[in-house]
Amino acid sequence: MESIAMKPDTEILGYLRPDGKKGIRNHIVVAYLVECAHHVAREIVYPFREQGVNLIGFSGCYPNAYAGRMMKQLCTHPNVGGVLLVSLGCESFDRSSLAQAVRESGRPVYTVGIQNSGGTKKSIEEGRDWIRQTLASLENTPRAPLRVDELIVGTVCGGSDATSGITANPAIGRAFDKLVANHAAAIFEETGELIGCEQIMANRAATKELGHELLASVDKAAKYYTTLGHGSFAVGNADGGLTTLEEKSMGAYCKSGSSKISGLIKPGDVPPRGGLYLLDVVPDGEVRFGFPNINDNAEIAELIACGSHVVLFSTGRGSVVGSAISPVIKVCANPETYRRMSDDMDVNAGRILEGAASLDEVGEEIYDLTLRVAAGTPTASEALGHQEFVLTYKSFEPIGPSCLPS
Amino acid sequence: MENSDPRLLLLSPADNVLIARVALEGIPVGFKIARRAISAGEKIIKWGAPIGSATCDIVAGARVHLDNMKSDYLTTYTFDGEHRYETGH
Repeated sequence: MESIAMKPDTEILGYLRPDGKKGIRNHIVVAYLVECAHHVAREIVYPFREQGVNLIGFSGCYPNAYAGRMMKQLCTHPNVGGVLLVSLGCESFDRSSLAQAVRESGRPVYTVGIQNSGGTKKSIEEGRDWIRQTLASLENTPRAPLRVDELIVGTVCGGSDATSGITANPAIGRAFDKLVANHAAAIFEETGELIGCEQIMANRAATKELGHELLASVDKAAKYYTTLGHGSFAVGNADGGLTTLEEKSMGAYCKSGSSKISGLIKPGDVPPRGGLYLLDVVPDGEVRFGFPNINDNAEIAELIACGSHVVLFSTGRGSVVGSAISPVIKVCANPETYRRMSDDMDVNAGRILEGAASLDEVGEEIYDLTLRVAAGTPTASEALGHQEFVLTYKSFEPIGPSCLPS
Repeated sequence: MENSDPRLLLLSPADNVLIARVALEGIPVGFKIARRAISAGEKIIKWGAPIGSATCDIVAGARVHLDNMKSDYLTTYTFDGEHRYETGH
């Protein structure tokens, strides 16, 4: 790979957190800890929804270690400057441990307990008062230069079509190659879509042992999805020009680019240094809670819990989603979709199909836009107010010692 | 095939197939075209990676699809009695 110099003109001024993390947004998150507190939390957010106040939460009333860890990682994410927890009061979620983790990170945190505070109306007022004060104090958040080698960037695809694998995905792969060459951390995921190219992927592993872990993660995904009755290669795929299962998987896999793979992580694990990482999103153990990720935003939330400052989203048919906490850059694979939904898209990778741009040019455009978004430029979904968030039940074992070779 | 043909897309320099950017005769958008002559049994390379093998000799410029290539994998993955999925050979 050719060596690529950092662009000196892209100055990113991050938000410096008391724990030393540097964010590219200065958000407050309001987190409901059970569905019963969702309405109150949403009402608290509503007047501040255009001021960087984001709604996240966990609906379940039964405890879940994965959900607890996800919430902790999300509430102490570099883009988050303060956290308001909204509890009904009798749910099982361990709110005091979460509040303590946020407090220990140096971020302001406050818990509204709906039952103790006297119900819906009083809780909303109490929460909004805290948001007003905290928004004012966050204006004084210190700024510090954020280098490309401190950035964490995730990628996901959703609403894919036959164009995804030949335009947007390989262009994102080019951008990933440049990010990794400049020592940023880049994360790709969805092992269920890598069935058929696991050996090619394992050959890119930094160590032989990591290669075995990569193979095992795809093997796990194949079994998991088979148990759920999830088909892989559909007849319709062949109509779009795809001939084999490995070709279909390669179309998704090529988002990862061509760099060496530095590690395998699980949701909530933050890459220890720059490099390319596979995020294993499929739960460990027997099939318990249904589909690993019920929709694209469940995957985006996991990429963000791994520290992603920004997420590159490839879509062919045309997704409109964004996310709470981190900006989502939408790379549209299909030129017709782009023309129809251009307000929702950040990059028109469909130009590759029409001969108006090369893969390298669009890859460069995605890379440059990633740095501009990191420097503060809002993405299409941010400007439109998208703040989707989903968190469900899962269970994971910690990663093994071979997953992050030094 | 010339890589400079604006109607065709080369995804990786190692590839032996090109992608139709526009509908060509008998070749819809997004389908594969042999970049050079490909012998029976040879790997089909797209994105620089093998995506299957040729089942017969393919002349340069011909469409590459179900009738002249196959998966080196299984076309679908299945459980056997031991709850293992087949990874081909």
